[in-house]
Amino acid sequence: MAFKKSAVPFAGTPEQEEKLRKIIADHKDDPGALMPILQQAQEIYGYLPIEVQTIIAEEMDISLEKVYGVVTFYAQFSINPKGKYKISVCLGTACYVKGSGDIYNKLQEKLGIAGGEITPDGKFSLDACRCIGACGLAPVLTVNEDVYGRLTVDDVDKILEKYN
Amino acid sequence: MNVIKTIDELNAVKAAAAEVVATRVEGKDNGVKDVLVCGGTGCTSSGSMKIIEKLQEEIKKNGLEGKVNIIKTGCFGLCALGPIMIVYPEGTFYSKMEPDHIPEIVEQHLKNGQPVKKYLYAETVDGDVIKSLNDTAFYAKQHRVALRNCGLISPEHIEEYIARDGYQALYKVLTSMSQDDVINTVLASGLRGRGGAGFPTGKKWQLAKDLVKDADQKYVCCNADEGDPGAFMDRSVLEGDPHAVIEAMAIAGYAIGANQGYIYVRAEYPIAVERLKIAIAQAEECGLLGDNIFGTNFSFRLGLRLGAGAFVCGEETALMTSIEGNRGEPRPRPPFPAVKGLFGKPTVLNNVETYANICQIILNGADWFASMGTEKSKGTKVFALGGKIHNTGLVEVPMGTTLRTVIEEIGGGIPNGKKFKAAQTGGPSGGCIPPEHLDIPIDYDNLIAIGSMMGSGGLIVMDEDNCMVDIAKFFLEFTVDESCGKCTPCRIGTKRMYEMLDKITKGKATMEDLDKLEKLCYYIKDNALCGLGQTAPNPVLSTMRYFRDEYIAHVKDKKCPAGVCKDLLQIQIVPEKCKGCSLCSKKCPVGAISGEIKSPFHIDQSKCIKCGVCMSNCKFGAIVKA
Amino acid sequence: MVNIKINGAEYAVPEGSTILEAARYAGIKIPTLCYLKEINAIGACRICVVEVKGARSLVAACVYPVNNGMEIFTNSPKVIESRKTTLELILSNHNKSCLSCTRGGNCELNELCVEYDVDINKYEGENPVPEIDYSAAHMYRDNSKCILCRRCVAACGVTQGIGVIGANERGFATQIASAFDMDLADTACVSCGQCIVACPTGALAEKDDTQKVMDAIADPTKMVVVQAAPAVRASLAEAFGNPIGTNAEGKMIAAMRRLGFDKVFDTNFSADLTIMEEAHEFLNRVQNGGTLPMITSCSPGWVRYCENYFPEFIPNLSTCKSPQQMFGAVVKTYYAQKLGKNPEDIVSVSVMPCTAKKYEVSRDGQAAAGIPDVDITITTRELAHLIKKEGIMFNELPEEQCDSPLGGYTGAGVIFGATGGVMEAALRTAVWKLTGEDNNAPIDFKEVRGTEGIKEATYNVAGKDVKIAVASGLANAKKLLKSIKAGEAQYDFIEIMACPGGCVNGGGQIIQPASVRNFTDIRAKRAEVLYKIDENCAQRRSHENPVIQTLYKEFFGEPNSHKAHEVLHTNYSAKKLYK
Repeated sequence: MAFKKSAVPFAGTPEQEEKLRKIIADHKDDPGALMPILQQAQEIYGYLPIEVQTIIAEEMDISLEKVYGVVTFYAQFSINPKGKYKISVCLGTACYVKGSGDIYNKLQEKLGIAGGEITPDGKFSLDACRCIGACGLAPVLTVNEDVYGRLTVDDVDKILEKYN
Repeated sequence: MNVIKTIDELNAVKAAAAEVVATRVEGKDNGVKDVLVCGGTGCTSSGSMKIIEKLQEEIKKNGLEGKVNIIKTGCFGLCALGPIMIVYPEGTFYSKMEPDHIPEIVEQHLKNGQPVKKYLYAETVDGDVIKSLNDTAFYAKQHRVALRNCGLISPEHIEEYIARDGYQALYKVLTSMSQDDVINTVLASGLRGRGGAGFPTGKKWQLAKDLVKDADQKYVCCNADEGDPGAFMDRSVLEGDPHAVIEAMAIAGYAIGANQGYIYVRAEYPIAVERLKIAIAQAEECGLLGDNIFGTNFSFRLGLRLGAGAFVCGEETALMTSIEGNRGEPRPRPPFPAVKGLFGKPTVLNNVETYANICQIILNGADWFASMGTEKSKGTKVFALGGKIHNTGLVEVPMGTTLRTVIEEIGGGIPNGKKFKAAQTGGPSGGCIPPEHLDIPIDYDNLIAIGSMMGSGGLIVMDEDNCMVDIAKFFLEFTVDESCGKCTPCRIGTKRMYEMLDKITKGKATMEDLDKLEKLCYYIKDNALCGLGQTAPNPVLSTMRYFRDEYIAHVKDKKCPAGVCKDLLQIQIVPEKCKGCSLCSKKCPVGAISGEIKSPFHIDQSKCIKCGVCMSNCKFGAIVKA
Repeated sequence: MVNIKINGAEYAVPEGSTILEAARYAGIKIPTLCYLKEINAIGACRICVVEVKGARSLVAACVYPVNNGMEIFTNSPKVIESRKTTLELILSNHNKSCLSCTRGGNCELNELCVEYDVDINKYEGENPVPEIDYSAAHMYRDNSKCILCRRCVAACGVTQGIGVIGANERGFATQIASAFDMDLADTACVSCGQCIVACPTGALAEKDDTQKVMDAIADPTKMVVVQAAPAVRASLAEAFGNPIGTNAEGKMIAAMRRLGFDKVFDTNFSADLTIMEEAHEFLNRVQNGGTLPMITSCSPGWVRYCENYFPEFIPNLSTCKSPQQMFGAVVKTYYAQKLGKNPEDIVSVSVMPCTAKKYEVSRDGQAAAGIPDVDITITTRELAHLIKKEGIMFNELPEEQCDSPLGGYTGAGVIFGATGGVMEAALRTAVWKLTGEDNNAPIDFKEVRGTEGIKEATYNVAGKDVKIAVASGLANAKKLLKSIKAGEAQYDFIEIMACPGGCVNGGGQIIQPASVRNFTDIRAKRAEVLYKIDENCAQRRSHENPVIQTLYKEFFGEPNSHKAHEVLHTNYSAKKLYK
C-alpha cells in the first residue's frame, strides 16, 4: 500500500505539542471528544499529519486508524499542509449555475495543480468548497479570509497577482 | 448582566432594552438615529465591516457621537444588494454600500436629515417619495416569523432579544405549563420539521418524552448543519437571532425531560458559530441556561459541536454519530432517536428554523400559528432564493404561497430578459419544477406530489441557458462526493448514475441507457440505507419527468439544447451575418477558423475546442452555438 | 411472542427478533453479506432487504425488529430484483478474477451471484484495482475483492478491540485499510486472522505456504516431520463437506501421511510438555514469590498483543514457548540427537488453526538448535487445500494413528484447543502436585469450560485459594487486564487466547459463511470434539504421558531445568504500536 504520509517534513514545535496535549487532557473525557480535539489540533498545526494524529490516538487511548478514519471522512480535515494562501472556489448550486466551475478549472490551469493540492513553493493551495452562503455574490471564491464575488474567468489573473 | 431569576427581573431588562430598540422597532423618533449594518455572511463577504469602520470614523468627525447608534445585525435577506445599511427611525434603505459613500451619507443624512437618494435601493425611490423597506415588493409579500428579529436587533446583545419578548416563552413554559401542555401546543400548531422531511414536531417531542420510561438521560439536538448547496436560512437565523434557537431548545428540553442540548453547526459558518458562542455565554451569565432556570428545578445546558464538512451529517442519525466522535455514517432506523439517539439515549433533533418558530407558538398560541399556511402545512417557510433571479436572498412566506409569487413578485423575476425554465427545491434530495407547476401552492405534500421536496428551503431558479441534464449531473456529482460510502446502493449506485449521466452529456449514451438509468434511480430510492441515499435520485427523476425531451436530444440528436454540454456543442459561423473581417480567426487559439477576407469564414470542427473566444469577439453576432 | 405474516403465512416468533431471525424460525433463509451477529449489525450491504407492508422503502432484515401484525415479503419480485441489482452493482466494482480466487467455491458473494442469476457485466464504470498489501508475515489484503461489508473491521475492532484496520475516506473512495494506508506489517496487527475468517470474499487471506511444504517433501535430502495442533482435527473435516463438530483426527493423520511427510506427529504431545513446564513455572512463582498473576503464553496473537498494548504485563507472561515451538525445539534437539541426524536436515512443519503462528516462527528466541524450531507453518485451510490439490480423497481415508514417539498425548494436551483448556490442563497437573501427587485429585474443572469471553473461578487447593481467570478474544483480554490494572480484580493464574473461543475458532480454521456463523455456535461445536477425545483418553494428566516421562528422563531432567529453559522457554519485549 502506498503510505500516505505527507511528503512535507513535519515541523511541529514543542509549544504546539504542549498546547495540543493540554487540549486533549482537558477534553478527552467529554462525550464525543475526538472531533473537537481534531478541530483544535488542526487550528494549531494547520493540518493533521501522522505525528499529530499519533499523539491524539495515544492520549485518547484509541487506535490511530480510528483517528485516521474520522479525519479522512470529513472534508475539512487535511493530512497535507495547506498553502500560505488557501484558495477555495464555491461549487454550490448558486455559484455553479453562474459559472464557478469554469473559474475552478482556470485556477487549476494557472496554478498547475489539481484541487486539493498545494503549489510546490507552498504558496497556494486550491480546493473546491461547498456553499459558503454568499449566494448573493455568486460565483464566489475565497483566498484565506478574503471573499471575491461576482467573478468572471478573467478575474482570476488579477486575484492571483494580488498575492504574488 | 445580572442573573435573571424572576419574571420581574426579566421584565425590567425588557423595559430598559425596549427603549434602546424603539427607534428601530416602532420607528420612534427620539432624536437618535439607529444605523443598522448587516453583519451576515453575505454582506460581510462584500465588505460590511469596512462600512462600519468608516461610519465610526465619520460619525466622530462630524461630532455625532451619542446621536447615532451603529448596530451590526444579522441578515436582512436581500443578499444580492449587500452591503446593506438601514437608517431608522425612517427605515431608509441603502444598498451596495462602499466606504466612499459614507462621508456623504453621514453628513447629509445623519447630520442634516436628507437621505442621499443616489445610494438608496432604487426600488424604494419613487420620485420624491422614499419608501420604507417594508413597502418594497421584496418585503411586502413576506411574513416574518422565524426571521422576525433578523436584521432588526443586535444578535450579540441578549437585552435586545429580551426586548423582543425573549425568554418570555421559556418563563411561561417553566412556570405555567406541564410537559404535555407544551407538547400539545406544538402539536396543535401543526408545526412540521423545517429540515426537509416535514415530520410533525410535536409528535417528535411526544415520542421522545413517552417512549422510554425512566431514561437516566435525554438529549435535545439542533441540526444546524445546513448542507444543501444554495440554502442559507438556518445560517441567517443563527447569525441574526441566535437566542430564539437557544430558548426553543430549552423549551424542548423541558418538554421531553432533557437537561443537555447540543447544537451541531457547520464549521463553514464562522459568524454563526461566533454569535452562538456569545449568545450561549450571555444566556449562561443571565442564568437563562444552567441550573434552576427562573428558580425552578429545571436545568439545561447547551454544547456547541462543529461539523467538519460532510453533507451526510445533516441526516439525523449521521449527525448523532458525528457528535459522538465518529465517522458521520447514518445507521439504520429503528431504533429511532426518540428511543435510542445520541449516546444511545432518547433524543429530539430539530433544525434551526423549526426551533425559530417555537417561542412564537408558545407566546401567541397554537391557533395563531395554525391560522397561517395550508391544511397540512402550517405557518411560514423561509426560502433561500438563488440562481437566475433578481433578488437573491432570504424570503419568508406563508405556506401555500405560489412559486410564481415567490419568483416573480418577491424575487423580481429572471434577469436579462431570459425565460424561466425550472426551479430547483430541496437541494440534492429535491427536484426541478417546470413552468407548468409555477402556480402550485408550496407546501410539503404538493412538492412531493410533483417529484420534488421542501428540503431545507433552497430555491434555485434556472433559465433557458441551463441544461437540465447538466443540472442533474451536477447534483449527482455532489451526491457521489458526499455519499458516506456505507451502503451499496448509494456508494456504487450513485456513482454509476453519475457515470451514465456523464455519458449522456457527452453524447455517448443510448436510449437503453436512459431506461437503465431510470431503473437504477428507483432501485436506489427503495434500497439505500438513509434518507439522503433514498432521495439522491430525485434530481434525475424529476428532470427526466419534466424535461425528457432534453435527455432525448442529448441521446438521439447528440445535441444539448441549452448549449451547455461542451462535447455536444458546435460553434458555427452564420454565413449571412459574417462580414469576413477575420477577427475571429486571429483570436482563435487553435487556428480552427479560416476564410478569405470579406467573404464568410468557416470553423474546422475537428480543431475547435469550443472555448467561445471567437463568439465573444465577433462584432456582428455572426458566431453562434448550435 | 408476536404474530407476523411472512409471504402470506402466519407465524408466532419471539419478541425482539429481527426479521432475519424471524424468517429463520419460519424456515426461510434471507441472504446476508455484511451482517455478523453481535458485532456487525450495520444494515450496510442491503442484500437482506425485504418488503414490509406499509414501509416507505425496503428494509434491511438483519437489523429491523419485528412487531405484532407485521406483514413481510421476503421474495416478492421487487425484493428479488433489488437484491440482484445490489449484487450487480457490487460486481461492477469488484475484481472478478473468480476462476482462480483463493475463495473459489467458498465465496459468499459468488454463491449469491449464482442464486440470483446476475449479469456480471450489467454495470460498468470506474473499478479501481488497489495495490495488494503483502507486507504482513501471515496474510495479504486485496482490496480489489473487498465489498466493504466491514466484517473484518468489526472482527478487528469489536471482537479483538484492536482496530488496526478500518474504513478510510468516504463514498466511492471508501477503503478498508490501516491508518495512512501504512503496511499492515508496520501496524500493531497481532496476526490473529479473525479478519480473514470474517471475510465473505477473497479480499483477505492467509499467505499460502503450501508450496514450501511440497518442495521440502520433494527434497530427498530432507526429513520432513509434521505436527498438527489440537484444534485442527476439530475443523478440518468441514472442508470436505462434513458437519461442524466432526472429529477428523484419524483421517487427518492418514492424509498427512499420504502427502508424503516422513513422520506424522502431534502438537498434543508438546501441549503436554507445555503443561509440564508451565504448571511447574506457576508453582515456582507461587512458592518463590514470583510475579503473579502468571499469564499463559501459548497464543502468539495474545503474546504480540501484550507486547504492543500491555507491555507492563510482560513479566506476568509465562516464559514457556507455545506448544508449536516446543515441538519444533524438541524435534531439532532431542529427536535429531536420538536419530543421530543433523538438525539442519530436518524440516519441521506445523499445521495450525492459527495465522499468528506464521509470525511466531520468525520471532527472536525461537531457535533452540540455532536454527528455527519450526520451518514452515500452514493453517488448517492450507492443509485442506493441499489435500484437495494432491488428489487425496479425504472422506474415503482410513483412520490412522500418529507415529511415535512424538505422537502420544493425554487428554490434557488435546483440550488446549478450546478456551479454558490450557488452564484446565495446568490445573490437573498443578493440583495433583499440590495435593501430594494424589491420583484421586480432581480432573474435571468445568468452571473454565464454555465459550463465554471471561470466566473466573477460585479453587481451594491444599488449603490455599487459587484464583484464576480465563479470557478469549482480545477485547475480553483488554477488559480483564484493565480491571487488574485498576485494582478491581486479582488473580493468581490467567489463561488468555487471542481468538474468541480459543484455537478451535482460530484465524486459520476452515471458514464458515456468516449464514452459518450467525446461527450456530461453531466454537462450542468444535470444542465439543476436543472434550470428547479428552474423555476417552486413558491418561488425562500431562505428566502421565509416558513419552513425556521418557523425555525428561533422557533429556531435560526436571521441568524448568536449565536445559528445559534453554530449549523450551523464550522471552518477550515491549513493541512500538507503529513503525
